[in-house]
Formats: sequence, C-alpha cells, structure tokens
Amino acid sequence: MSEHVEQASEHSTEHPGYGTFIKVWVALVILTGCLVGMSLISQTYAVWGLLTLTPLKAGLVFYFFMHLRYEGPLFKVVVLVTLGTLLIFFALLFSDVAFR
Amino acid sequence: MSGHVHRDDFGSRLGMWLFLVTEMVLFGGLFIAYSYMRYRYPAEFHHGGSELNVTLGVINTLVLLTSSLTVVLAIVAVQRAEKQRAIAFLGTTLVLGLTFLVIKSFEWGAKFHHGLYPSSPHLATLPPGEQVFFGLYFTMTGLHGLHVIAGISVLSVMLWWVATDRIRSDRYIHLENGGLYWHLVDVIWIFLLPLFYLAA
Repeated sequence: MSEHVEQASEHSTEHPGYGTFIKVWVALVILTGCLVGMSLISQTYAVWGLLTLTPLKAGLVFYFFMHLRYEGPLFKVVVLVTLGTLLIFFALLFSDVAFR
Repeated sequence: MSGHVHRDDFGSRLGMWLFLVTEMVLFGGLFIAYSYMRYRYPAEFHHGGSELNVTLGVINTLVLLTSSLTVVLAIVAVQRAEKQRAIAFLGTTLVLGLTFLVIKSFEWGAKFHHGLYPSSPHLATLPPGEQVFFGLYFTMTGLHGLHVIAGISVLSVMLWWVATDRIRSDRYIHLENGGLYWHLVDVIWIFLLPLFYLAA
C-alpha cells in the first residue's frame, strides 16, 4: 500500500488543470494561423515558417500535451537523443550531397 | 483486492516513450528523404504542392490539434474523477479523428479522380520530380492515416474502459499512454502540413 502512495506522489505532485491545456491549444491555433499567413507572403517566408514555427508547435505538444514538462530528466533525454540522432543523419546526408 | 497488484506507471510511460521514439525515427527518415528530394527537385515539388488543397490541409490541422486538446482534457477529467466529462472529451476526440479521416479521404479521392495515385498511368507521364513528390505524399500521409486509424482504435478501447471504470482517477496509465500515441500522430501532422501544403 505504501508503494502505491509513493508511486502516486512520484508522478502527480500537482496535476495541471483544464486551463493550462486550453491556453496551449490557443497558442497552437495562433501559430498555425501565422504559419499559413507566412506561406501566403512568399515561398521564402513559408520555408522560414516551416523551420521555426513548426518545431515550436511540436515542442508545445511534447512539453505540455505529452506531459514532458511534468516528467523527470530521463524522458527528456530519450527524446533529445532521438532528435539528435535524426539531426546527425540529416547532417551526414547533406554533407554528402554538398561535396558530391 | 486491497491494492496489492504490482504497478509501475513510470515503467509503462517509459516503455511507451521508447516506442514513440521508434515512430519518430520512422517518420524522421521519411522527412530526411523528403528534404533531400525537395532540394533536388525544387520546381517539381512546388508544382506538386500547388495541386494540393491548402484549405483542407489547414482544416485537418485544426481538427487534429483540437482532438489532441480533448484527449489531454479527458486525462484531467479522469484525474478529477469527472467520469461523464472524460467520456465526452474522449468521444469528441474520436469524432474529430474520424472527421480527419473523412476529409483525408475526400482529398485522396480528388487526387485519384485526377489520375494521381501510386503507380497510375498518368503519374508515369509526369516529370520524375513530381512522381517523387506524389510518391512521398501518398507514402507519408498514408502511413500517417494508418496511425490515425490505430489511434482511433486505441482511444475507442480507452473510452470503453473509462465507461466501465477500468480507467479511473487512481489508475489511468492506459489512457495516458493512449493519449501519448495520439499526440505523436498530431505532431507528425504538424510537420506534414507545411512540408506538403504550405512550403512545397
């Protein structure tokens, strides 16, 4: 029984309420609007929107909706190592392309 | 029944995250393939992208973002033992997920109608860059669509378990993990929208 109590406190010191997530959703909708707006201006802006606003939106979903904010360091490290690995593959591919 | 069932919620979530990481690598590989092909065929990708329906793409983005919100609100409701609310939120998520699929099927249907589908005779007459564009479009949105179907199936079970009290305020790890999967499906679409509809 004591194990059960311990476990509950480990994850849920304080649960975020409805309001937090609704605010994040509003931010996500606004960012989507900005992304669409930028893509209407020009191709260059569209690519900049893709490179800046899209990771920001994904970050908000990871951090809040997927509760990474409320997790310990291990989960964050797992995600960062994965993203780092993908980035290495991306860099390797384009370094190959650049010197072909 | 006095709480002696062994449970490791932390381990369950870690396992789920490790699975999600493999999904990220799966789609990440496709994103890298896309970026190289786009670099190689910029004009063809631009032309291919201009044939996609931006309005439907943006509507589907809003649909999925909202469905992500309702899943996370369902978890809050379960934590607070607000069962009816949790059921309503999960039900809304399922409806939104199905809405996404219906819109996607209209989009694909329109492409099929114009002779654009994998290994179609019309596609073979297009320049190689556009063939690659539509190949990636169908592969990535198709694979994503399969994930949406899987997510709807998982969340349907979660809804059933909330309704039958198998998921409740002191035990909701399955709902959390199902929600994590659904959010990842949402994140993937967050990237697919600009890649295909906006910045191509």
